[in-house]
Amino acid sequence: MTAYLPMGREERREMLASVGVDLDHLFDSIQESQRLKNTDFSGLQKEGVSEFEVVERLTALANLNKRTDDYDSYLGAGFYDHYQPAAVKHLISRTEYLTAYTPYQAEISQGTLQAIFEWQSYISRLSGMDVSNASMYDGASAAAEAALMACREKRLYKVFVSAGMHPEYIETIETYCHAAGVEVEVGALNEAGQTVEFPAEKGYAAFMVQSPNFYGVVEDLSLVVEKAHATGALAAASCDLISLALLQRPGDLGVDIVTGEAQALGIPMSFGGPGVGYMAVTQKLLRKMPGRIAGETVDRDGKTSYVLTIQAREQHIRRERATSNICTAQALMATSATIWLALMGSSGIRDVAEQSAAKALYLQEKLLATGLFENTYDSPVFREFALTAKGDLDLNKLNQDLLAEKIFGGLVVDDNRWLLAVTEKKSKQAMDKFVETVVRLAKAQ
Amino acid sequence: MTMLKDTPLIFTKGSKSFKSSYIRPLDVEMPDLAAYYGDSYRAELPDMPNVDEITAIRHYTNLSNKNFSVEVGTYPLGSCTMKYNPKVNEDMAALPGFANLHPYQACETVQGSLELLHDLELQLNDLTGMDAFTFQPAAGAHGELTGILLIKAYHEDKGHTKRDTIIIPDAAHGTNPATAAMAGYKVREVKSNEHGLVDLDALAEVLGDDVAGLMLTNPNTLGLFDCNIDRITQMVHDCGGLCYYDGANLNPIMMQARPGDMGFDCVHLNVHKSLSTPHGGGGPGAGPVGCKDFLEKYLPRPVVVKEDDGYTLDYDRPHSLGMMRSFIGSFGVLVRTYAYMLRNGVEGLKEVSEGAVANARYIMERVKDYYHLAYDEDCMHEFVISSAWQKEKYGIDTNDIAKRLIDYGFHPPTVYFPLIVHEAMMIEPTETETWRDLDALAQALIDIAKECESNPELVKGAPHGTPIARPDETRAAKDQILTCTD
Amino acid sequence: MTTVKEDRLYAKTHEWVEVEGNVAAIGITDFAQDQLGDLVYAEAEPVDIDVEIDDLVGSVESVKMASDLYSPVAGKIIESNESIEDAPEQINEDAFGTWFVKIEMSDPSQLDGLMDAEAYKKFCEEESA
Repeated sequence: MTAYLPMGREERREMLASVGVDLDHLFDSIQESQRLKNTDFSGLQKEGVSEFEVVERLTALANLNKRTDDYDSYLGAGFYDHYQPAAVKHLISRTEYLTAYTPYQAEISQGTLQAIFEWQSYISRLSGMDVSNASMYDGASAAAEAALMACREKRLYKVFVSAGMHPEYIETIETYCHAAGVEVEVGALNEAGQTVEFPAEKGYAAFMVQSPNFYGVVEDLSLVVEKAHATGALAAASCDLISLALLQRPGDLGVDIVTGEAQALGIPMSFGGPGVGYMAVTQKLLRKMPGRIAGETVDRDGKTSYVLTIQAREQHIRRERATSNICTAQALMATSATIWLALMGSSGIRDVAEQSAAKALYLQEKLLATGLFENTYDSPVFREFALTAKGDLDLNKLNQDLLAEKIFGGLVVDDNRWLLAVTEKKSKQAMDKFVETVVRLAKAQ
Repeated sequence: MTMLKDTPLIFTKGSKSFKSSYIRPLDVEMPDLAAYYGDSYRAELPDMPNVDEITAIRHYTNLSNKNFSVEVGTYPLGSCTMKYNPKVNEDMAALPGFANLHPYQACETVQGSLELLHDLELQLNDLTGMDAFTFQPAAGAHGELTGILLIKAYHEDKGHTKRDTIIIPDAAHGTNPATAAMAGYKVREVKSNEHGLVDLDALAEVLGDDVAGLMLTNPNTLGLFDCNIDRITQMVHDCGGLCYYDGANLNPIMMQARPGDMGFDCVHLNVHKSLSTPHGGGGPGAGPVGCKDFLEKYLPRPVVVKEDDGYTLDYDRPHSLGMMRSFIGSFGVLVRTYAYMLRNGVEGLKEVSEGAVANARYIMERVKDYYHLAYDEDCMHEFVISSAWQKEKYGIDTNDIAKRLIDYGFHPPTVYFPLIVHEAMMIEPTETETWRDLDALAQALIDIAKECESNPELVKGAPHGTPIARPDETRAAKDQILTCTD
Repeated sequence: MTTVKEDRLYAKTHEWVEVEGNVAAIGITDFAQDQLGDLVYAEAEPVDIDVEIDDLVGSVESVKMASDLYSPVAGKIIESNESIEDAPEQINEDAFGTWFVKIEMSDPSQLDGLMDAEAYKKFCEEESA
């Protein structure tokens, strides 16, 4: 089956013959000894299948999964289920966005370039930072790149990372830093779940925190800035963009590098990706920033135009001296988030943020009232919070039992803490039923 | 018809009174959030417009009309493999059973996805001759870094502290040296010989007990298959280094020859190139990394494992190099990949490669009397011509020729790369073009070569009739207008 | 045709050196600025940094190229020209009049390894050929 080939072999043979090339000798530069002889394959079928059979097979696999639109889910921990207006999917399915390459040829890429420029503008406005890049792979790798960037700027090879960051972000930072010979020191949270203890000595390139942190707790970013700058380090924060519609902007508080995951802007969770990371920095750090950047200029007739710019930082020019090896971004997902922001608007994103906060507080209070849990941290939270199980309540068993009730319970952390997230999508009715179910199942344990 | 309209920034649009209504009204009590968050609370609304739906839709539709894409026309951008992106793959990735899954759901609730990834791993093993894959890397460059970190983890585990250098050919993509540097390695370049292949004598000279590994693309960036590949990998292994295969150019050798059989120890694939997932204007892609058995234990965590009672994610991997990002990987992209693999099978993939090589060879033969052919060798999926003749005789740059191709309805090829060829144009038509498409592209290149002689100003003034022409890049880099300040 | 100044010494990586007593001023040559084209950015390393031969002392960028300046001598940076950051075009206009850093040399005999104007002229001709 040659699904997507417009020519059959005979036509191909004829075409090549017309320029004096023999189809049977196309691969002569591959020596016989290197040609594939194995015909015993474990995964690939010999022949391809029809489009219908592809649909049949994948639909069957998809149907084996339990879905968040069918189950009542309280999972968050970095990926959040916010509503995506129908128009977003329609727009980013337009082939002109979907099937274009990185916009190297500005004359025929103004759509992608302007969309990126708008993304950068939205990110700057939400974060309060001077400049943003065209996007990063995800929140974790963006945080890791922030660590390396701080080291380049400060010429110091040690970073301080709060234990309140997402554990997978910390691990990604560690992977990148280990590779680059950068030391990572992880500092603990206090009893209130906040990062307040920082190193007092010089030698760190950056102090890194996440806000809201992994446990949903809003961190005091001014403190991080004060402590970091006192030792000559940069302050770097990983921030949820929806929370920034309601909380102080890191840029206004003096943070030097802001990164994060923007999946929450209505991008389907898709089992963990693709989402989209972002990075925004102060003007001073612009040249140390990795990734593509779109800029405004004029064309030969004076018309406003957008181009990829400040490219001398990048791998295709600087090679081993580049700021990073990154070349693509997550352009389509950034465009999706941009359109989400345009549709939601200033009032819409504020509503989403306020509702997510209000509903999380409602659920937290309801669950605490059951007497089965206590607050892990007694601090303001956004959209997500951690509870500690009292007595011998087995959270893993509780989650298991909830599955039978078509509920995805919160994420169990260290066996006795339950991390629960709700967004504006969650109804009061669903939460009330969830709490009732939890009480019933806990009693039965 | 498509009208090209001026599209001022979204920030200039919207109204004071409009409010969106996509979400349900609040059904719990609204707490006093200002009091609750205290100093962290921000009273002001975000500085963003409120735009009604039809205005937003027109804005982003009109913007999209200013993009060229694979579905508009031939996109012979060398090294990028701009083939057709099947529609059915989009539908499959959007199935609610795939799109509406949280990454931390219990494994028993995502058996379909885990089975898909496990199957895909087996297929990719077949395709590359590797033994195991990680799906974490989000893009090709991310895959490169993962691959080099595998090599690093191996040497660290074995106590090879002296090995601090990666060998990279001079024709390599810029990402290769940038990746090696990110992984903390020194870069040592090895020169190409007169045929555009790795010079074995030069390779012997740069190899030594400080070498951790070699990064190689084969076919290389000139579109040439290195017939000495067995010897190259053997030489690197003999000196104690490992060999990393950059999968950017896998498209012409799928099921014809495999990196694993050539002696490579690990490989990354650009599924957005060879395996048909869309480029999205610069992501999201995916760059799965495969390796031989002896490197498997160093792969990032988690990996998908098949057990008697189903599939699970294994996080307990003490030798793992760590995580390259959060969660499992860009699953939505991998669904598209899997659909493509199923649709083609062994025989289909083999013919994809044949088609890719045939189409490139055809265009090369058609245009080689009109442009300087950098290396007159049998090309694979792409070839490099140079406009050095046009530059010398008529003062016409490669960039001018590239822009003139836009007037003919084609996306320009990759220009000024590889760096070892002056005024380079790298052309990769891909297998999904028809004979008629190829003739049109070849004829356009020939006509432009003639125009360089008959009407050089026309070429220098290209493109004509695009929304913008020849934007001032120097001004962009100096002015640094990177956000809307209105 | 680009110019070469008689009163300078030259490195193969296209830096010029002007020596005054124990202090070496370092910039890029007219040939180098011509190869790079319109500069959009330039940066000099800050004062008080100790450098060895071939250590980074500055960098320049045009739209399509980037190039770093390497110190042809060892010593300490005692002055750094911050004005180039705001106005990189002065390097295009007057490459020999725009120094990046001044270095107090720890071993002036290292200057012996550099080219004089005549040798550098030949070197550039060979590079362009």
